Amino acid sequence: MLRTLSVERIKLLSTRSPYWCTVLILLSVWGIALAVSLVENGRDASVASSQFGGRFGMLTFLVMAALAVTTEYRFGTIRNSLLAVPSRTVLLVSKTVVMALIGAVVAAVASGGGFLLTQALAKAPRDGAITLDSDGAVRMVFGYCALYAIGAVLAVGIGTLLRQSAGAITLLLLWPLLAEQLVLLISPLRDLVPWLPFNAAFTFVNGGESGGGMFGGLSDTGGPTPVQGLLVFAGTALVIWLLALVILQRRDA
Amino acid sequence: MIEANGLTKVYGRTVAVDNLSFAIRPGMVTGFLGPNGSGKSTTMRMILGLDRPQRGQATIGGRRYGDLKNPLRTVGSLLDANWVHPNRTARAHLRWMATANGIPRSRVEEVLGIVGLSSVADKAAGKFSLGMKQRLGIASALLGDPEVLLFDEPVNGLDPEGIHWIRTFMKDLATQGRTVFVSSHLLSEMALTADHLIVIGRGRLIADASTKEFVSQSTESSVLVRSPQLDRLPELLGTSGPGVSVRPSTDGTGLTVLNLPIERIGEIAAEHRIVLHELSPQTGSLEEAFIQLTGGSVEYAGHGGTPGGGGPVPGNPGFGAPPSHLPLQQSAPTPPSPTDRPDTEGR
Repeated sequence: MLRTLSVERIKLLSTRSPYWCTVLILLSVWGIALAVSLVENGRDASVASSQFGGRFGMLTFLVMAALAVTTEYRFGTIRNSLLAVPSRTVLLVSKTVVMALIGAVVAAVASGGGFLLTQALAKAPRDGAITLDSDGAVRMVFGYCALYAIGAVLAVGIGTLLRQSAGAITLLLLWPLLAEQLVLLISPLRDLVPWLPFNAAFTFVNGGESGGGMFGGLSDTGGPTPVQGLLVFAGTALVIWLLALVILQRRDA
Repeated sequence: MIEANGLTKVYGRTVAVDNLSFAIRPGMVTGFLGPNGSGKSTTMRMILGLDRPQRGQATIGGRRYGDLKNPLRTVGSLLDANWVHPNRTARAHLRWMATANGIPRSRVEEVLGIVGLSSVADKAAGKFSLGMKQRLGIASALLGDPEVLLFDEPVNGLDPEGIHWIRTFMKDLATQGRTVFVSSHLLSEMALTADHLIVIGRGRLIADASTKEFVSQSTESSVLVRSPQLDRLPELLGTSGPGVSVRPSTDGTGLTVLNLPIERIGEIAAEHRIVLHELSPQTGSLEEAFIQLTGGSVEYAGHGGTPGGGGPVPGNPGFGAPPSHLPLQQSAPTPPSPTDRPDTEGR
């Protein structure tokens, strides 16, 4: 198992797209944090502002994780992978674990870096000193490690199910950005919206007590608590991943 | 040693591989021959555990591919040279495969040297020509120094030098006592490379014989006779022995005689004082023979021409009929022949 983990690591790091995705994630998270901290002596800077790029970074990482699977189908290397590691379970677990670990590390660097930049550069933040003085603030920064890791499970699952980049990327972007928000238009289902997987997930990093959703605009009442939100997201990812595993076992490579 | 036992693969309503059984022995090159779409690749993929057969199973040294520990150390394969990530270097491609099966990194450099890619090992595989990709594929097949090797159409798209290289290479591997199983749709290619042939058409076994035997039995040899007294010859020759057949030659100026030694024809003519202008042996091409054998088994045939060039097919009992170890089909099995070629939806 350790061996197949390093196989997945070599495969991932010997192509270019993960590096570009990582650069994009760091640029977006750090760039926005930097901008808010420098404009007007960082008047609007806060722990929350240090993570304004977090959603963008998260979605970029989902794309990177899905591509780790779909490019194998695109170029046929999935067959070589299965010839080298015939157990499809071992293969999918290894890929998922490697992507989840990389996700947690990238999130820590991106979000932690954004926080440190904001703390160091904002001279006169209106809301006082920028510190990790509450559970909410810690979650706001390092909660992304959990989100990226769970996101890796979800994205690898979707990549395995769809087997093609365009479909997987479309689904991974439209789902959080559009699908979950559109449910708001159906009034009987409004109360459900904060519980939808991505809205629930971002409750974990919103810093509030409950609800908030992906863009923080959802009502606080009736939504999941941060931990509930994380569990909803994790549960969704796990169900999709298990489905992908079953399908992978059955299908011809 | 590769064994297939009743392998069957069905896609929707199409039977790609139909109850296929064979054994591939070590120490020789075994050719896997069949027209395009006859199920060669599917069979190889089932042997390698990529596709799941509906029925039957394939084993390598008695074990299924999926049950092998470090499979690359037992079986090396090259199914498609394009299965490489275009941005990954040749070295990185081999390195991850080596790591997966506990093969030392020094072996990566070794196989790169064997196939002559050392100088371009750090170039992205996407920049490789087909010939170079083919060499990279062979390098990955050799990585684990395996006893069993499978190659699917390895000479496709190669230049003469590349073809020669691969041909010699496969023979060397077999001489070292390894099991080498190589597919092709070209009988002429296989006649040069393979010691033994497994021939399939429409997913069914047509022949399992040594290459020599297959070629001599399946190519029709006849004698062309030209004479100013042509009208007397058919009767004289036709009654001279059992199974002799005489028909006008294709250009209409002579006779084609089957199953009669050329010496006998000369003697008969001399006995009856018939002047001969030509008496020459004719050998049918390997391609003609192959088309005759698999004519009924071509999956995607054009409907304009008749494969086999028309005319009755000479009986080839050893090859035409399904092998006896196969269970009988529901209806009487008909030997594949151009005259009763089933439509695309044969079964």
